Amino acid sequence: MSAASSRTGRSLLLLAPLLVFLVGFFVWPLFSMMSQAVSDPAVLRLLPRSAEVLRDWDRASPPTIPMQAALMEDLRAVDDDQALGDMVRRLNSARSGFRTLMGKTTSALADTDNPPADLVSIDKRWEKPEFWLAIADALSPYTDRNLLAALDLGRNAAGSIEHLPPDQSVNRVILVRTFWIAALVTFACACIGYPYAIIAASLSGWKRDLMLGAVLLPLWTSLLVRTAAWFILLQEQGLINDLLRGIGLIDAPLALIFNRTGVIIAMTHVLLPFMVLPIYSVLITIPKNLMPAAASLGAHPLRAFLRVLLPLSLRGVASGSLLVFISAIGYYITPALIGGPGDQMISSIIAFYATGSANWGMAGALGVVLLVATLLLYSVYARLSSDEPGRR
Amino acid sequence: MPMKIAKATFATLTILFLVAPLIAILPLAFTSSVILTYPIPSWSLRWFEELFFADAWRRAIVNSLIIGTGTTLLATVLGTAASLGLRNRLILFRGTVRTLFLLPMVVPAVVLGVGMQVLLARFGLTNSYLGVIIAHTVVAVPFVVVSVTGALAGIDERVELAAQSLGASPPTVFRRITLPLAMPGVLSGAVLAFATSLDEVVLTLFVAGPNQRTLARQMFSSIRENISPAIAAAAFLFIVATVAIGLVVVLSRSMLAKSR
Repeated sequence: MSAASSRTGRSLLLLAPLLVFLVGFFVWPLFSMMSQAVSDPAVLRLLPRSAEVLRDWDRASPPTIPMQAALMEDLRAVDDDQALGDMVRRLNSARSGFRTLMGKTTSALADTDNPPADLVSIDKRWEKPEFWLAIADALSPYTDRNLLAALDLGRNAAGSIEHLPPDQSVNRVILVRTFWIAALVTFACACIGYPYAIIAASLSGWKRDLMLGAVLLPLWTSLLVRTAAWFILLQEQGLINDLLRGIGLIDAPLALIFNRTGVIIAMTHVLLPFMVLPIYSVLITIPKNLMPAAASLGAHPLRAFLRVLLPLSLRGVASGSLLVFISAIGYYITPALIGGPGDQMISSIIAFYATGSANWGMAGALGVVLLVATLLLYSVYARLSSDEPGRR
Repeated sequence: MPMKIAKATFATLTILFLVAPLIAILPLAFTSSVILTYPIPSWSLRWFEELFFADAWRRAIVNSLIIGTGTTLLATVLGTAASLGLRNRLILFRGTVRTLFLLPMVVPAVVLGVGMQVLLARFGLTNSYLGVIIAHTVVAVPFVVVSVTGALAGIDERVELAAQSLGASPPTVFRRITLPLAMPGVLSGAVLAFATSLDEVVLTLFVAGPNQRTLARQMFSSIRENISPAIAAAAFLFIVATVAIGLVVVLSRSMLAKSR
């Protein structure tokens, strides 16, 4: 027993470094990305005293003297104009009118020669509970604003969820586009990869090795090299256009790059191995004599395929399709280099929010959407492929 | 018979689709022209010169080697140790831990990149070699785990038990029996880790500063901004290296098969 427990101790010691490493540099980054999506400290950071006083407020009665005093003190203590701007923008989006109200209030508070007695004497609007309600709500360090905005939803003045106006609804277009491109690529991969795998599995010797080698070589080649290769082939003066013009099929060069066609072609090329290999690995486990048996019993080849081979290999097609689809929805490099502005997928938008406009909240929220979609699909894939040994 | 011809045609066309782009880019590495199109006016090695002597490209190659070596060492040590630990069936949550080790392969690179940038900034590790090596190790380590776990699964445990029963201490068993038998898996894991680091762009975009520009990162911005045949020269090197790496992996696999 002590030998077993010391062995377990040793195993844990061996596991620990990678476990700690991945928790620190894989799980934690994902959590900090998620917390970026829901964190909203812009107001709380500047108004700590008001936060304390507002906790006791009944959210309906007119503002009390201590509430006004606390807010005045907080506003006097603000020395960071940018943070103030962030806070005002945040409050104004919850309740319009805050921009002018805050401007008037801060300049009145800055007048040290005759300090205002209370906020209501600066502006009558401070009597209304609505404005205080907006502050009280914005004081929470968490928000669902970014997550809702990632799906083109927002909260109206009453706090219920509704669709954003069409001019602000870009994210859903991009989400639909991402899934649509991924679906097209998956479909193209299945149309090419399934017959290819069937042919490869039916062969033997050097022909099979050649067909598998042709799949493995691109898989092992750098993604950038493959993308660069397609860039060269698809461009206006590229080989494909030269070839088509050479055999007289077209007069003017086709637009193959910086559009959807190019993205689909290049992504299909990149992801095709992920379709062929799972299907192939299922097909080689199917006994070779089933199809001849079906034929000998009088089944038409199409019927034999539909009734025998297709049901037996469907699991491979399903895992291959999921693998391709999962990879495709997260793609960044190929659409960025081969696609036009209308072909950018969700990853490009995340990268834009993160590096282009430093909007970490939106980058995190869209990242959460992509992460959840990926993990959901992956759990289906993992279940599909873990069932495999039991079936055999 | 027509069925057979149709099959052969389909297979040939698909092989062409898979391999032709990689072959088409190779001759352009030796063009003397400044644009990446056929026909090639005359042959020249000027783009290889550019690759090795132009400041941006040379620095990128050196950075890729530094970061690739660091990633390979870190990922191989962590991944091999963890795979050895995973052999023990008594470990609680063994399946969950294994899934966690493989998950970095699944999570989209951009999502990981955003989180990584936020986190590394907190530690002051952005724009440092260590930060890039850490980021690359996260995505390279699953390949080591898969490869070493596979090699370890092929070891007949009775050999280790026999050594133990003959009086070998656990460290001796590990050094003389387990490690040599698992070595092909460790080596191919290391090669895959290096290849992953070499090809990694997205995480590098997020965590690396201008001083850590890797070859892949340099190729990315070169395709994006001003594409030149230097790309084809870099691609030539990549494809040659891929074939070499492929041979190493195939050889170590056959070594593994023979040693069984």
